[in-house]
Parts: sequence; structure tokens; C-alpha cells
Amino acid sequence: MLEVRDLACQRGEQLLFSGVSFDVGAGELLWVEGRNGAGKTSLLRILCGLSPAEAGTVRWQGESIRSTRESFCGDSLFLAHSNGLKDDLTIAENLRFHGRLAGIEADAEDIDSALQACGLTERRDLAVRYLSQGQRRRAALARLWLARSRKLWILDEPFAALDAESVERLAARLGAHLEAGGLAVLTTHQEVPLPAGRTRRLLLAH
Amino acid sequence: MALNWFKYSSPQTFYPLAGRLIPVFAVLAAVLGAVGLYIGFFVAPTDFQQGEAYRIIFIHVPAAWMSMFIYLVMAGWAAFGLILNTRLSSMMATALAPTGALMTFLALWTGSLWGKPMWGTWWAWDARMTSELILLFLYIGFMALQASIDDPRRADKAGAILALVGAVNVPIIYFSVKWWNTLHQGSSISFGRSPSMASTMLLGMLVMALAYWMYCIAAALMRVRSIILERERNAQWVRDLKGAPA
Amino acid sequence: MWDAFVAVFARDVLQAWRRRADWLTTIFFFVIVVSLFPLGVGPEPALLKTMAPGIVWVAALLAAMLSLPRVFGTDFADGTLEQLVLTPQPLPFLVLAKVLAHWLLTGIPLAVIAPVLGLQFGLEGEPVVVLFVALLLGTPCLSLIGAVGAALTLGVRGGGVLIALLVLPLYIPVLIFGAGAVEATVAGTGAAGHLSLLAAGLLIAIVLIPWAVAAALRIALE
Repeated sequence: MLEVRDLACQRGEQLLFSGVSFDVGAGELLWVEGRNGAGKTSLLRILCGLSPAEAGTVRWQGESIRSTRESFCGDSLFLAHSNGLKDDLTIAENLRFHGRLAGIEADAEDIDSALQACGLTERRDLAVRYLSQGQRRRAALARLWLARSRKLWILDEPFAALDAESVERLAARLGAHLEAGGLAVLTTHQEVPLPAGRTRRLLLAH
Repeated sequence: MALNWFKYSSPQTFYPLAGRLIPVFAVLAAVLGAVGLYIGFFVAPTDFQQGEAYRIIFIHVPAAWMSMFIYLVMAGWAAFGLILNTRLSSMMATALAPTGALMTFLALWTGSLWGKPMWGTWWAWDARMTSELILLFLYIGFMALQASIDDPRRADKAGAILALVGAVNVPIIYFSVKWWNTLHQGSSISFGRSPSMASTMLLGMLVMALAYWMYCIAAALMRVRSIILERERNAQWVRDLKGAPA
Repeated sequence: MWDAFVAVFARDVLQAWRRRADWLTTIFFFVIVVSLFPLGVGPEPALLKTMAPGIVWVAALLAAMLSLPRVFGTDFADGTLEQLVLTPQPLPFLVLAKVLAHWLLTGIPLAVIAPVLGLQFGLEGEPVVVLFVALLLGTPCLSLIGAVGAALTLGVRGGGVLIALLVLPLYIPVLIFGAGAVEATVAGTGAAGHLSLLAAGLLIAIVLIPWAVAAALRIALE
């Protein structure tokens, strides 16, 4: 359960938003909308604990995320705008590193099946440097298949640069995550098939 | 001042208070400075070893004291701002840095002026002058870091970490430089001990130290006032201020 | 926790191995700077011998500093730094893993090459050994202190030059004790005091600095 109360965010001198409150319960998805510069990415960065909010609180399971940082980080998964992949390492190496860093027990089989789910099996031993934008995004998204124990997903533009097939796959993965009682907060500019009935919208407007 | 701090810890209430305090400290600085210099130049006796040239200590020694002290105060305010997230303390740290650097520079400059007639050289790599030079580098690093970060809050926090690391390092640097200096004593010039203090010399030095204190407080307050205005220029109370007569 | 530590360390080393040229430039920079001094001050053997410890150490300082932007810079640019900060592991611990990798890639090569350069300057026997040991103890301090500067200047205008301004003054004690150790050996007074001070400084740095770096990284990502 993610509770957000009266959140305000300031970037430099500009107040991006204020008074933002919402709850996201188990099995729910929050779609954050707004035009460019409305503060969507800033909101996500506050939610995952990277940035401090100007005002307001973010609570996870009833506790402020700033006071229980380590357990919150163990429950959440943040996919940023940048892919978080090392250019010189292969996809498999990158994924294995993410798994070990996050403390996820993932053996070679888990990694292979995550790569297969993203359609990257043939390219698993290719350095990220040689991948296209869409393939990089898919490689970053492979973490969603790996980190099964993470309840809260915070995804910044996960659908960007993906082809139609990959959009389908990601939407299906999101659906399964919510089905299993997971939570998700995401931003996207595209019209994508988000799981109906479980999706709520938040419009960030000034 | 410490008593009022918490009441005045918001920039809005501190701004007018600082405005009222500045003339007080400025006048005190001028009066004490005049008295101190009079004692130093006309009352204190001529030193039997160093002649009249020693009189520069009335400017040199208090500047050296202030330069080190201000660094610690600056690091203290910065740490305060980092831990308690109080904006005003970070602004104080930022406001103190140029004054501290000025004091360091003054100490180096007058030190070299003193050195020429005493030791026959403008610069000697003695422990105190070398430490003072490194201190100047630390001040410059702090100011350069803050100047190159656009977001004032990030600048405050990054500066605070640098100031804290520096403050931990200052005693280590001082110790290492002293150690280095004693090892190389053979090749360096030997210094006479500081002139034996007549009581009027001591008095002059203390009055001058007080004058420096007052000057530094006044200068820091003036700077913090402009920092407040710059950072809060979009706040309503600053806009009101613009409309109001000065 | 150890698994994450090893993962970070191994990744940085692997990454550096794939980018060997980047790290080798640092080492060659060290060799070139040291070799410039005889050309600048003249080939007088006695003079070179007295200057050798200082020259080697100053060059090591500059070389270590030159490699600093890479410590967190690429992680910051490609977004892996965010992932590092958002793990359930204690961040200072992961910082230590990165610093250890940096030391392995710069500090140890510098320490290994330095004795050869020392021979060029007429140092022989015990002073060369002491030079090696002092660099072995001093370069991890350089990596640690440098990491603070690298973290503070992430994404900052003019980062590379700024690092020099922030870090070099803080390097001074390491320089004094490191070069002093070799000089003391040459003078025959024994280097034990210098070396134990270097070791003490290293211990203090290992305990305190990762926290400062972790705080600086969080600030950089805000």
C-alpha cells in the first residue's frame, strides 16, 4: 500500500506541483499523466526515494520511505528514463549484475527465461553498445521478469522505443504483476493497453 | 545571538534583524579598528629586536586567527544545514566563505610583508604559512564547488560535505605540514621566536582581534542578506519589500 | 551484502578490462610526467636523487586524480548509479567496492611501476622498496579522498578541473608522508614513522570516507 499525501516538488525556482495526494493499493496501477515538464519524472523520483519532496509524505506499508529506506528498496523496483545498462558488458552480464546488486536469487536459468520473455535470447552475449534503442529498453525491462519479489514497480516511460510486439509483452507482464497483488506507478505518452479496471489516472497539471 | 537563533531561523524574519544588526557591528568594527591601530602604531613600544616592522602583527595575527576560526564556523553552519535542513544555516556557510578566504589572503599577504624585513625573503615554506596557503586552497575549492552548481540546495549540501571533509582534514594537514617542516629544518631559515609581548602590544592585538570579529560578522550578515534576497526573490515577502520604501 | 560488494567490484574490473586503453593512459601519463622532470631540471644525478621521491609522488597524485572522473562518471551517465543507490544494500559499503576497484586499476599499477622509475633517478636498494610500500599504502588514500571529489562534482559544470581544485589540497598529507618515507630512508633515519602514519590515515579514511561519498552520491542524484 502506497500512500502519498500533499506532495510538492520544486525544481530550481519553479514549483512543479503541489498538493498531490493519492493511494495505490494492492493490484492497482497508477498512470501518471501530464504534459512535458509537468513533473512526472520528478514525481517518480520522489516516490522511489531518490529525491526529497519539497513538502508532503510518501508512505509504504504505513512507514515513511525515508525512514525505512533499506526495506523499501527491497520492495520496490525503479526503472528510470535511462536504461541503467553498461555499454561494455553483455545483456546477460548486465542482468546478472542487477540481480546480484538487488539481492535477488537468480541463476542462469532465471536470466535466460527473463531474456526469452523479452525476446533477447539470441543477443544475450552481445555488448549493449551494439544494441538499438528499442533493444536496450527491452534489456532494461528484463529486470521486471527477474525481480518477482518486488511488489512496487515505478516505471518511467517503460513503453518508449518499444515495437508493437514488445508493448504487448510488457502490458501482459504488468497485468500478471497486478493480478499477483503487485502495485505499479508509471508514466507513458503512448496509448497502451493498460489492464482495464485496475488502472487509475493521475493528471499532473499546474 | 545564539539565543535568538531559533526564533530567527527563517530567512524572512532574519532578514530585517540582520539589517538592524549590520550598522551596530560595522560601527563597532570601525571604532575598535581605529583604537586598535592607534594602540598598535603609536602606543605600543618599539620592539628591541624587530624595530618598527613588527607592528604589522596587529593586522597579520588577528587575520590568521580569523581565517582558521571562520573555516570551522563555516563547516559548523554547513553541517547544521545538512543535518537539520535549515536553509539559513547553509546560507550562513556560503556567506562566510568569501570573508574567510579574504582573511586567509590577508594573513598570507601581511605575512610575506613581515617576512621581507625580518627574514629577507617574501615567502618561506614554514609550517604556518604553508598551512595558511592550503587553507586558502580549501576556501577556493568550497567557493568554486558552490559556484558551479546551479541548484542552490544541491550547492548547499555538496558544499557542506566538502567543508566537513575539509574540517576533518585541516588538523591532519596542519600536523603533516609541521612534521614535514621539522624534518627539513636544516634547509629552511630559522625563525626568531615571536616578539616578547609588552602588555600594550597584547592589548592592541586583542582590540584588533575584536575589530576583526565585528568586521567579519558585519560582512557575513551583509552577504547573507543578499543571498536571502537572491534565493527568495519569488517569495511574496521579498516582493512586498520591493514596493516598500527602503 | 558481500555478494553485492563482490558484484560491484567484479563489474567495475570487468568493465575496465574491456576498456583497457582508458586505464593504460593513466599509467602512461604517470610515466611521462616523471620522465619530464630530468628534462626540465637537468640530468645532475645528485639533484635527481634528492628530488626523486617528491617527483614520483606528485606524478602519482596527478595520475590518480586524472582517473577520478571515471569512478562514478559513466555510472552517472548511463543510469546505473541510480540502481546502485536504490539497492537494499548499505551504500557506503558499495562505495568501498568501487573504490577498491579503482585502487586495483590505478593505485597498484602505479606502485608497481614506481620502483622502475625510482631506479632511473638513482634510487637503489631500500629506498626503492620503501617507495613501493609507501605507494601501496598511500594510493588507497588517494582513491578514497578522490572518490569524494568525484562524487561531489558529478554532473557539475567544469567537473574535471573542479575535481583537481577540491582534491589536490586534501591529498597533501598523503604526499608529505609518502614522499617523506622515501626521503627518510635515503637520509638513513628510517621510514617506520612515516609508513605507520600513512597506514593510520588509511584506516581513518576507510572508516569515514565511504559515508561522505555515499551522501555526496545521494545529493548528486536528487
